[in-house]
Amino acid sequence: MFSVIKKTKALEAKIDEFLDTILKASMEFREGLKYYLNGDMEEFEKRSRLVDRLESNADNIRREVENRIYLEMLIPEARGDVLALLENSDNVLNAIADTIVEFSIERPKFPEDLKDQIENLADVSIEAVEEMVATVRSYFKNLTAVRDHLTKVMFYENESDKVGERIKRQVFTREDLHLCNKLQIRTFVVYLQEIADKAEDVGDRVAIYTMKRLV
Amino acid sequence: MGANDAANIFGTAVATRMVKFRTAAIIASLFVIIGAVISGAGAAKTLGHLGAINALGGSFTVALAAALTVAWMTKLGLPVSTTQAIVGAIIGWDLFTGYLIDTTALSKIVSTWVISPILSGIFAYFLFKLFRLLLKILKIHLLEVDLYTRFGLILIGAFGAYSLGANNIANVMGVFVPAHPFNDVNLFGIIRLTGTQQLFLLGGLAIACGIYTYSLRVMKTVGRDIFKLSPINALVVVLAESLVLFIFASESLERFLITHGLPAIPLVPVSSSQAVVGAVIGIGLARGGGRAINFGVLKKIAWGWVLTPLSAGIMSFFALFFMQNVFQQKVYEPVPYVISSKVLNRLEKENIEVEKLVTVEGRKFSNARRLKYYLRSRFGFSNKEIGIILKFSEVDTLIIDSFIAKKELDPDWFTPEQLKTLKSLHGTIFEHKWELSDTLQKLSPHWRFKPHSTKNILYNRDLKHKYNKLFFTFKKRNISPQNQRLSRK
Repeated sequence: MFSVIKKTKALEAKIDEFLDTILKASMEFREGLKYYLNGDMEEFEKRSRLVDRLESNADNIRREVENRIYLEMLIPEARGDVLALLENSDNVLNAIADTIVEFSIERPKFPEDLKDQIENLADVSIEAVEEMVATVRSYFKNLTAVRDHLTKVMFYENESDKVGERIKRQVFTREDLHLCNKLQIRTFVVYLQEIADKAEDVGDRVAIYTMKRLV
Repeated sequence: MGANDAANIFGTAVATRMVKFRTAAIIASLFVIIGAVISGAGAAKTLGHLGAINALGGSFTVALAAALTVAWMTKLGLPVSTTQAIVGAIIGWDLFTGYLIDTTALSKIVSTWVISPILSGIFAYFLFKLFRLLLKILKIHLLEVDLYTRFGLILIGAFGAYSLGANNIANVMGVFVPAHPFNDVNLFGIIRLTGTQQLFLLGGLAIACGIYTYSLRVMKTVGRDIFKLSPINALVVVLAESLVLFIFASESLERFLITHGLPAIPLVPVSSSQAVVGAVIGIGLARGGGRAINFGVLKKIAWGWVLTPLSAGIMSFFALFFMQNVFQQKVYEPVPYVISSKVLNRLEKENIEVEKLVTVEGRKFSNARRLKYYLRSRFGFSNKEIGIILKFSEVDTLIIDSFIAKKELDPDWFTPEQLKTLKSLHGTIFEHKWELSDTLQKLSPHWRFKPHSTKNILYNRDLKHKYNKLFFTFKKRNISPQNQRLSRK
């Protein structure tokens, strides 16, 4: 009996570790982007590699958790939900890692006066990811808190849409940029927005799964 | 029964894959047997009151009729109850043989059919609220909730199986109790099993077989098709159901209530299927108010109350007819009644107007219903008076044999004084039960009942059981089979 409880606690710790990894990667991403916008490419590349490593770490942890849930036939009712939740959270992390790699490859150039807004957009999107992680955590431990975190996820996602749209409108009304420049900036804005979008997807799932568990 | 009722207990757990079938089957079998042997007697007694089926052929036919009804109703998709089937079948036997139906026992049983789903609904309602509150306060991790639910399902499942064995063994083996051929045995000098307990052990083993062979499919149906429940809800349902089965089977709980001056709960076999349905409705109410009640289901239960006993009764009646006339099997021992001068004298003491009866002195009646009909139509006696007349005119020849007494009567139960008094009657023959009890009461204060009060209820009841044991023991070896009547009344 006690060994089973111990094993269960260990699995809980693994899930927490997975969520921690997402959180760490998203914060590294934000810091890396700041260095990029300030032109410190060496530090940026360091962060980029770190995010990449965290991403593959998270993949491993997720696979282990999924295997154990299936092999030990745990949570039969919520099994599908939990697995979907883990996969989708992992998608958010993948979007973060992909974005930072794109920055490293394409090295897009932003006009000085736009940099603040790009940074703001990244902040808002990462904020959404952080709240998403909190939402998932409360799904496991504290169902009543899910709603609060979920509301914040929605708010930040909405915010990232607005900020992104504003940037795009500004970019395309400018005379001092080539169309190819404008298109590249737009692509990166979309990348950043997508991070928040994916976080919202997870949030939406948690909302449904929570209802299932409440009844 | 093993398939059907065990499914009610472990069905949800197995179907939600919280508990493996093998685990469930082992636990269910084990605890059903334990429950049946240890505390199966309480509910069986009430059933015995309803009709003391006194020939093995009759027991067999009645049980068969009930089993066929259960199988048939299951096919129709009605929430069938073994309890109701067996009660109907026994009434069929009563009607066939002219045995008088004990209306108090019958109303006791029928009222619990209504009470048990309601009670289990109430239990489920509050348990559900409690569980939800606890989960909210304690903030347990999903995985741990899962783990504890699993343990809970196994633990409560074991408790449920125990209660099921205790409560429902009466349905399976109750009809054989007055007619079984087993004697008491000592196992290794430690465990003493009475004949009834051996009978129940046999029944428990049969149920265990049912669980292993048939119940997987039923469990899946119960768990998936009828109620789609989350594991925690399943836990609540099983707990509520087990509690209901337990309180209607526990002799110790009854004793506790009586000694504390509280109204006792009748020990009656209740239907586990209906307790489950009640519990599910209770959860529905706790979850979403009156909207959740499915009136179709309620209607089905109410139909079950009428249809199951009715069809079992009819089937039992005709099966008995065939058994007796086509297969030439004895399905009952006739119980004759006689209005002798001895009986009239005794009746005078009970304030019965015997003047009326003097004209029929010496007349014999082949069964209770004839006598009852005769008394009512001819003399206009009230039901209460008829009951008393029946009690004292019943013929049971008892031969007191101290060798048999030594072998059969437990010296730990009967006091030495009681046994001594009994021994002094060696070789005496009594024509009526009351003659024996009157004689014993005259001879020794240890055989006398104490004044009626809450304190003495248990003592008096125990003494009554001792008398019943005497009636049973000394009649069993009666030489003339015509007068043999193995009644536990």
